[in-house]
Amino acid sequence: MPHDHHDHDHLSPSGHPFRADNDTALTYWQQMEIAVRELLVKKGQLTSVEINAQIEAMDARSPADGAAVVARAWVDPDFKARLLDNAAAATREMGFDIGPLNLIAVENTATVHNLIVCTLCSCYPRNLLGLPPDWYKTRAYRSRAVKEPRKVLREFGVDLPDTSQIRVHDSTADMRYVVIPARPDGTEGMDEATLAKLVTRDSMIGTGLARVPGVA
Amino acid sequence: MEGHDFALWEKRIDALMVLCGGKGLFTVDGLRRALEDMGEEAFEKYSYYERWIAATNQNLIEAGVYTLEELGQRMEEIAARGPTYGEAQGD
Repeated sequence: MPHDHHDHDHLSPSGHPFRADNDTALTYWQQMEIAVRELLVKKGQLTSVEINAQIEAMDARSPADGAAVVARAWVDPDFKARLLDNAAAATREMGFDIGPLNLIAVENTATVHNLIVCTLCSCYPRNLLGLPPDWYKTRAYRSRAVKEPRKVLREFGVDLPDTSQIRVHDSTADMRYVVIPARPDGTEGMDEATLAKLVTRDSMIGTGLARVPGVA
Repeated sequence: MEGHDFALWEKRIDALMVLCGGKGLFTVDGLRRALEDMGEEAFEKYSYYERWIAATNQNLIEAGVYTLEELGQRMEEIAARGPTYGEAQGD
């Protein structure tokens, strides 16, 4: 639904959101970005080609990559074992280049729910899931995820029974986490590609669950 | 609390951080230290990538990649190119 935008205060009469473009007044920090970039090129540290290629590579990464990994883990117990043992190596096996990142996959079960946060800044399994959502970087999420995870999860619509254990994982620059959400009931016999569509970004952060088939 | 499409200048900052880090011009710890040195009010006043470009710049100057004078001069030249990011952005 192209017109189903969340922020109705910023819609034009045609129903489209007003979109920021490169025609707003240059800010001090944008000026600094241009200067730093140009100086790095001038000093021979980087080339424009490298910078553009990096942006393109980052744009190409999306939660769909992680979803494919989760779906594979759901259908292939051997792969899941390798993923839990060494997530970086297992995802590389599927052709996802996650760089020098240490990646730890943590599995949600009937009794354990995992939640990922970076209390210091915004460390995120970005080489597998793309850039983090805005809320992940907010102080509110970063502090509350560790202090009152059950409440935070309820706000995301995840209401867990008191008997389930919540494990909050604090990411660092060298250690990133990704959640393997529990496979929903009623998905027996589904193929990998269909299963992958049930795996949301938030389910791999732990602030959501995998979609149940037939439920929007 | 949804994600937004990142603007080009934000994606460029992201790319600069990753590439410079990869080339060993600074470490994530160096970036964090610069962020923390900016003080608490910086977290209220500036956006995520605004803080990151400040921290990146701080680390590059400390690493001797360029000087504060070179930065200031370049920023002046950039502002003179035009009043919008599109006009000032370079290649």
